[in-house]
Amino acid sequence: MEEKAISAAEVKRQTAREEDSRSLLGFWVYLMTDCVLFASLFAVYAVLHHNTFGGPSAKELFNLHTALIETLILLTSSFSCGLGIVAAQRRNKKLTIMAFCLTMVLGLAFLGLELNEFHHLAVIGDSWRRSGFLSSYFTLVGTHGLHITVGLLWMVVMMLRIQRGGLTRSNIRKLTMLSLFWHFLDVIWIFIFTVVYLMGAIGA
Amino acid sequence: MNHESTRNLATRNRLATYVAGYILSVGLTVAAYLIVTHTISTRDFMIGAVAVLAFVQFVVQLLFFLHLGQELRPRFKLLVFLGMVSIVAILVIGSLWIMSNLNYRMTPSPKAINNYMKQQDGDF
Repeated sequence: MEEKAISAAEVKRQTAREEDSRSLLGFWVYLMTDCVLFASLFAVYAVLHHNTFGGPSAKELFNLHTALIETLILLTSSFSCGLGIVAAQRRNKKLTIMAFCLTMVLGLAFLGLELNEFHHLAVIGDSWRRSGFLSSYFTLVGTHGLHITVGLLWMVVMMLRIQRGGLTRSNIRKLTMLSLFWHFLDVIWIFIFTVVYLMGAIGA
Repeated sequence: MNHESTRNLATRNRLATYVAGYILSVGLTVAAYLIVTHTISTRDFMIGAVAVLAFVQFVVQLLFFLHLGQELRPRFKLLVFLGMVSIVAILVIGSLWIMSNLNYRMTPSPKAINNYMKQQDGDF
């Protein structure tokens, strides 16, 4: 009798686990298609970045120091997001919320620096209207910034959900997807940092 | 209790991968930055070095942050990932190839452009 009850619980747990892995796979497929979107924007940037139309080039325009700080901030936020997932798996609600709040603060700092840079470029007359190079730059980096904004909104929603409902199975699953999204954005940023900022400074 | 301790063990491994991934990524980022700011070598070498460092960091983050390759068979995640990589390769390499080829074949020499402008009599 007892054996039967255990196996029933085991079956239930197995089904839930399969459901989790299926939704995570679906989200993974979405992330991979998003990668294709970013790849096309990178291709546009690679083709257009010499077309400055008499305006400034990447070397004259970008501050490598700010880009490094942005990179380190985003990297740290990716790390704290990972800590949040570990805390959630240990069912530590307080630590989870703290780690994700840190992630949000770092994400906001990153977004602030990026918007500040965009504002500066627009004020000195080098907005997306200046040249093909700047159009492709604003599209590529702006799309990444838009993803970061969506990720931050998602984090706010998840924190409210966890605050109210606790670390339920469905909340942990959604939190895992959010962490995948956030790590994915960090991966995209490596390439923006390398292709736009570092190679721009080299003058490639 | 037993269930709790196995879970803690599993999450400790996870924590270790996050710490390792973070340290490696910061190291690689700073290395790439220093190569460029100190202009340590020729232009072509720096481009190659920065590209290699970015690729290594890409792999590090895939393994340590996104945990690719840790799933059990069948490895659908890996399969979808490889599909994405092939599409991205075709898209990026193809675009650059086609556009540089067009540039090579279709852009007239500066002299020809000047002549054309003079013929059109425009104030360029």
